[in-house]
Amino acid sequence: MSIFSKAKSFKGGVHPSEFKELTEKSAFEVMPNPNMVILPLKQHIGKDAKTLVKKGDTVKAGQVVAEPDGFISAPVHSPVSGKVMKITKEKNVSGFPAEAIIIKSDEENEIEFMPSLDPETVTPEEIRERVRLAGLVGQGGAAFPTFVKLTPPKDKVVDTVILNGCECEPYLTRDDRYMIERPDEVITGLKIIMKALGVKKGSIGIENNKPEAIDVMRKAVAGMNDVTVDVVQTKYPQGAEKMLIKAVNGREVPPGKLPMDVGCVIQNIGTAIAINDAVVKGEPVLTAAMTVSGLGINEPKNVIVRVGTPLVDILEYCGGVKDTAKKVVVGGPMMGVAQFDFDAPVMKATSGLLVLTEEEINNPEETPCLRCGMCVDACPLNLVPTKLARFSQLGRLEEAEQLGITVCMECGTCAYTCPANIPLVQWIRLGKQNVIRLQRERQSA
Amino acid sequence: MDLGFIIAISTMGGLGFLFAGGLALADRKLRVEENPLIGKVNEALPGANCGACGKAGCYDFAVNVVEGKAKVNGCPVGGEETAQAVATIMGVDAGASEKLLPIVLCRGGNAEAVKKMADYYGPLSCSAMDLVSGGEKMCYYGCLGGGDCVEACPFNAMFMNEDGLPEVIEELCTGCGMCAQACPKDIIEMHPESHNVFVYCKNHDDPKTSKDVCKVACIGCGICARKSDGGVVMDNNLGIIQYDVIDPDKIPFDKCRTGAIQRTDSKPDQDINLN
Repeated sequence: MSIFSKAKSFKGGVHPSEFKELTEKSAFEVMPNPNMVILPLKQHIGKDAKTLVKKGDTVKAGQVVAEPDGFISAPVHSPVSGKVMKITKEKNVSGFPAEAIIIKSDEENEIEFMPSLDPETVTPEEIRERVRLAGLVGQGGAAFPTFVKLTPPKDKVVDTVILNGCECEPYLTRDDRYMIERPDEVITGLKIIMKALGVKKGSIGIENNKPEAIDVMRKAVAGMNDVTVDVVQTKYPQGAEKMLIKAVNGREVPPGKLPMDVGCVIQNIGTAIAINDAVVKGEPVLTAAMTVSGLGINEPKNVIVRVGTPLVDILEYCGGVKDTAKKVVVGGPMMGVAQFDFDAPVMKATSGLLVLTEEEINNPEETPCLRCGMCVDACPLNLVPTKLARFSQLGRLEEAEQLGITVCMECGTCAYTCPANIPLVQWIRLGKQNVIRLQRERQSA
Repeated sequence: MDLGFIIAISTMGGLGFLFAGGLALADRKLRVEENPLIGKVNEALPGANCGACGKAGCYDFAVNVVEGKAKVNGCPVGGEETAQAVATIMGVDAGASEKLLPIVLCRGGNAEAVKKMADYYGPLSCSAMDLVSGGEKMCYYGCLGGGDCVEACPFNAMFMNEDGLPEVIEELCTGCGMCAQACPKDIIEMHPESHNVFVYCKNHDDPKTSKDVCKVACIGCGICARKSDGGVVMDNNLGIIQYDVIDPDKIPFDKCRTGAIQRTDSKPDQDINLN
């Protein structure tokens, strides 16, 4: 590919300052086990897991402490060996307290893994079962149980698996480092996903701001005719499923439909690594790899921590926060959740912990809408944010519904571009919830 | 005589008769039988089309009353007089239309409730605040202070006081209940005037947590419930008042350590012991 050819992309979007230089060169460090882990029963989309242990029980690392409840749910494993202290409502990075199992580590680290499987001879059923038992959830942020995505309904024909290596959120470099440090495991993970779905075509989508990762992955796939590396433009939200499909193979997912409806399954790079670990090593999800970054932390780095580690331990491990720190966010700066309590634990899908200073956060005063239409141009899903926000504000839910408010994925591109600083995505998020409630009421009526 | 003149008159006259005939016929054949009561009820209503009754306007309310889907005293604006008039038309008893008043069941304002270690930026609306970690206060059950209820009140009968809590101006309140509907935390409840004991808290946290998050929370100690002979029932660390059995004289109001339970017909206890 010549440097003059334009990288593939989608319509709209924004390009915020990247800040990736803070951590993109630092290799993963494994943080020592914490004294105590807090394991929320809900670390995924779907129903809470049901707890299997009680106060006083001793558990091994890798032991199942909560089993899935229903199809869309995931088990929880103890990431350390130790003793169950209590099961109670605890702090949570979502901001709302949630049921959690608290385990005190005994430092012995007795491990109980599943038997390893050979990726060459393993059958699709075995893969799905293993992925379900290992409690895998999507590492991209939404934490959707992975095995559900590997179990497409009979009427859907999937022909392509795309690994999402875009990492379009600023600051985050976890997937970048994964590709640079563990390229073969990424490929094995991808091959296992392709096998589970019976798909012949795999693709790895990487934004063109990660030249090293592109290089490494290109070398890793050299000679394979079923896997390609697709370089896409650096733009937010390039890592959103629908945007990535559009960029990689030009297909458009209709509103209200899933990637499966256009024959694609997207998995995060982190998920591919986790699938590789689950199948090849028999290791359930015990750790979360994440980027700790921002101008407010003393030592920005990429770390691998135990699931359930309190945020405060991680901040301490990374040299503590500076006096100028103003805001702590779990996830990326665009879609992450601001934290008020640092005792909240890391979850399976946590990909970043950012400590931001005054100069990185921006809360300017809101002024009236200029009708400039910048949000309309920027919206990757072709919505009209200015109207949706207004209808939501006025409680005119039917009109918001007609304009497709439920299609919004809350990426925040509209609010980012708005020159009048209107909290567009916040209003839309509220309106979306109200419209969904209205639809449920209508259905039950 | 000009013939054109006659033709013009007869043409227009003829057309007039033709259309009049058409209309008369349509009136007979296509008539939609409407209950005559609807028109009468509609006339008895104030005609402000404010929507405080929860219907699309006065006419819609009238239709609902006649169909039995709305109460005859359902118009909060007209009050007693309108209720009486509508009841006469409908031939029913207006009933003891006891006025309902909104009661704000949270006293944890800026001075009493503990705030989270974070500031909220975003739309100044309670329901939007609620989506972000449940609001600025450590208490997940308390008033958010965003004023959605004040905004929702069609009669300007509410305002936010200096402590950041909503207050009701009883003289202006019509009891329409729009404020109670607007509150995402369900703190505002509609009560008849006869109710005179309230637990001014909705916090279900365990005693230690609730004590930590707010000075005036119901901590769930249950002293009031034990003395009340069933007048107060403890539900998950919160006292719930059973209005059909409660006897206010049996409740030891002075024993409540946070002053969460109070009587409204006597002067509220000003010297609350906060220890």
